[in-house]
Amino acid sequence: MYALKYHRAKSLDEAKQLISQSEDPKIVAGGQTLIPTLKQRLASPSDLIDIANLPDFAGISVSGDTVSVKAGTKHFEVATSADVQGKIPALAHLAGLIGDPHVRHMGTIGGSLANNDPSADYPAAVLGLNATVHTTERQIGADDFFQGMFETALEENEIITSVDFPAAEKAAYMKFPNPASRYAMVGVFVAKTSGGVRVAVTGAGACVFRVPEMEQALAANFAPDAVASIKVPADDLNSDIHGSAEYRAHLVTVMAKRAVAAAIA
Amino acid sequence: MTTVSMTVNGKAVSEDVEDRTLLVHYIRDHLRLTGTHVGCDTSQCGACVVHVDGRAVKSCTMLAAQAEGADIKTIEGLADGDTLHPVQAAFKEHHGLQCGFCTPGMIMCAVDMIRRIPNLDEKTIREELEGNLCRCTGYQNIVKAIKAASEEMRA
Repeated sequence: MYALKYHRAKSLDEAKQLISQSEDPKIVAGGQTLIPTLKQRLASPSDLIDIANLPDFAGISVSGDTVSVKAGTKHFEVATSADVQGKIPALAHLAGLIGDPHVRHMGTIGGSLANNDPSADYPAAVLGLNATVHTTERQIGADDFFQGMFETALEENEIITSVDFPAAEKAAYMKFPNPASRYAMVGVFVAKTSGGVRVAVTGAGACVFRVPEMEQALAANFAPDAVASIKVPADDLNSDIHGSAEYRAHLVTVMAKRAVAAAIA
Repeated sequence: MTTVSMTVNGKAVSEDVEDRTLLVHYIRDHLRLTGTHVGCDTSQCGACVVHVDGRAVKSCTMLAAQAEGADIKTIEGLADGDTLHPVQAAFKEHHGLQCGFCTPGMIMCAVDMIRRIPNLDEKTIREELEGNLCRCTGYQNIVKAIKAASEEMRA
């Protein structure tokens, strides 16, 4: 590990102050992506601002049909929460598929979303359920939050505080994990809500994306067959040693079918 | 430099460390508890798993400073004097190791899963072992050992 300065913030205000005072700051919460990234020198911020221990920064609450998850909540808590399992079982299932048990004990929802890894799981749930991301400055809708590879609508000095997930009538997440890393080769989150059907795909492209053609077909007929013949173009999809763009494009349809089947099961 | 204070295997420790010090290096190089291993150093192999506030985490994937105030347990803290912890005894009994490099992480992972999950079946044990790699055993006897320890500890 290269030399850096570590700061433990005691409040959000102090965290923001430390950010503005540092030359090249980075916020750390669980650090399960960030610490490995630093060790590999893929990033080298001068200062780490630790927000993991802020008071009242973790926890899950339910209000009507909305599940609110505070930003510092660990994946393990979301996966095992009776509230999440009861209201949005697909979200609990997704959280239980992230990384491995040790990673889930440390990693946080806020950290995952702020990082917006193209193969991360949480972005699929946030976009698929049309969740709202609350920050120190404002609220951001899911469609506006994710902007590109590792890019979000967050400003330099803006910190995610919580995420509101509306419950769906039916929802499911199907993931084809990379056999080594467990990141999503392709993950598809399907949700049927009062506002319509949403299909969100992670792992396949530079950033999580929706598939409007599948959403329309499922709005007319919420069944696996409805999406069986809908293909996403491979042109802009990821291609690497683990799978070609064509392979990922094929997986999108397969995982979408399986997600719909799981949602109605 | 940062002063870190925590409890390790029931003993309070406090020391000045460089901010960049990983928890695993603090445990091995400063506290000389070398049972916790560094295998891959890339968060994949799980040889470095310790318990932080009762939960299994990868000690190569957090800074010592992040563990400020925490209660840490390493493989050295499991046995009661000369009496092995039931999971350690089960690994010995069921030949759950060959070279032994991954074993500290495997055992800390196993203790954590047995604490969280009642009635562990083979499939669940294999899923729970996703963050721990073994290059010798093919996992068969590791799974057997964890299942036996789980049954014994529930009995």
